[in-house]
Amino acid sequence: MRKMFGYAMLAIAVAISAMGAGHAQDTTDLLSQLEQEVIGDNKSATNYTTATFKTTRLINGHTVENVARGVLDVKISHRFGKLNNGLYELFGLDNATMRMGLDYGITSTLMVGFGRSTHQKTLDAFFKWKILRQSTGKRRMPITLSYVPTVALKTLKFEDPNRKNYFSSRLFFSHQLIIGRKFSEGTSIQLMPTLVHRNLVTYADEPNDILALGIGGRQKISKRVSINAEYYYQHPDYKLRGTTNSLSLGFDIETGGHVFQLHVTNSQGMAERTFITETTGLWEKGDLYFGFNISRVFTVGKRKRG
Amino acid sequence: MKKIFIVSIVCIAASLQANAQRYFTKNGFISFYSKAPLENIEAENNQVMSVLNTQTGDLQFSVLIKSFHFEKALMEEHFNENYMESNKFPKATFKGVIADISKVSFDKDGQYPVSVSGDLTMHGVTKKVNANGTVQVKSGKISAESTFFVKLADYQVSIPKLVKDNIAESVEIKVACQYDQKM
Repeated sequence: MRKMFGYAMLAIAVAISAMGAGHAQDTTDLLSQLEQEVIGDNKSATNYTTATFKTTRLINGHTVENVARGVLDVKISHRFGKLNNGLYELFGLDNATMRMGLDYGITSTLMVGFGRSTHQKTLDAFFKWKILRQSTGKRRMPITLSYVPTVALKTLKFEDPNRKNYFSSRLFFSHQLIIGRKFSEGTSIQLMPTLVHRNLVTYADEPNDILALGIGGRQKISKRVSINAEYYYQHPDYKLRGTTNSLSLGFDIETGGHVFQLHVTNSQGMAERTFITETTGLWEKGDLYFGFNISRVFTVGKRKRG
Repeated sequence: MKKIFIVSIVCIAASLQANAQRYFTKNGFISFYSKAPLENIEAENNQVMSVLNTQTGDLQFSVLIKSFHFEKALMEEHFNENYMESNKFPKATFKGVIADISKVSFDKDGQYPVSVSGDLTMHGVTKKVNANGTVQVKSGKISAESTFFVKLADYQVSIPKLVKDNIAESVEIKVACQYDQKM
């Protein structure tokens, strides 16, 4: 019996010392053990999806992207005149409307922005709050959900100054939810249910509230270039007379701190209430506007290093 | 019988001894610095995993690309998305040996210059790397440091012509780890 115990001890000892042999293997084993502890089986940490879109705008409207905390994004956007104006107007290049804007990231999930458009001399302001963030790992979330309310002030002189005009008639509001998902490295799609409210309408039978559902997406064709599309469908019972749905196609080109967006759209305005509810151009007639957005980011706030 | 017992104890002790040569860290430091005419780019990573075997000189590193942090958020995004493609190649590893490990007396305080060689794998490419560094022993604590250069082209990290004045061809890598003994 005691002999048996002795042999058992010997066997254990040999087994243990054999485990100690092959030191390089030992080191590798320990490192994979550390990786297991730190990286885990992909469940110990939440991995947020990044770069769903290249910038915070898709073409005219918003994407689910926010600017990072402490980052200032200067946006300058142009829409030229109609392409079907012909050579005399250099296919619209003789006429341009523009919007200048500043966006700033207060936290990683909240950004604010304001801008001024030459189109109807409009001032606009918004904030964008990421309610849910697409992620894998510990916390799994298939989509990103953002809420973007905007307010716009039309400062163009009233058409009829002799009538009693109210300041509130200059105001427009919109509420938008953006539900987006990055399906793969190159493909992202989002849905944008939107409500636009105007205090003053042109005709008595026009609705003050307009409902629309947007769909948009991007497909990367190289690391730094993507093709984008954006479409807003207006509910037929809640739209203004003579307006049509907004459809835009474009490219994103990214170079370092700049993103250039070039596009063709049937909307001339660049604020939610204009491109969603006041689009009159028809694609089939060639009522298209060539345009571009330029985004340049500046890191203003100091970033904490992780 | 007694003999066998003693032999067993010695064997167990010896194998424990072998294990005791292993030192590790989960929060080592690696930074890189790119000096170019238009801008300097710097990033730091404080979640470096490393294992050092003080007997054989085996030295290994594993680091998550996403744990490199930059001052500018957009740089970090581009680093992951366009340059290192961290979704495809999530980590970088180094497997090598300290050639002159025998020169380091781990039971005596001091600074010991050493040379390391091994395979550095990142962005899906493995290359031989040689670097000089220092092992420091101070009241039983072991730390190691090294600085070396890596050529981006060696690892197929492509720099578009448009930003070639913003990013250096070779970046300086600094490594600093304080090791704990593996019990």
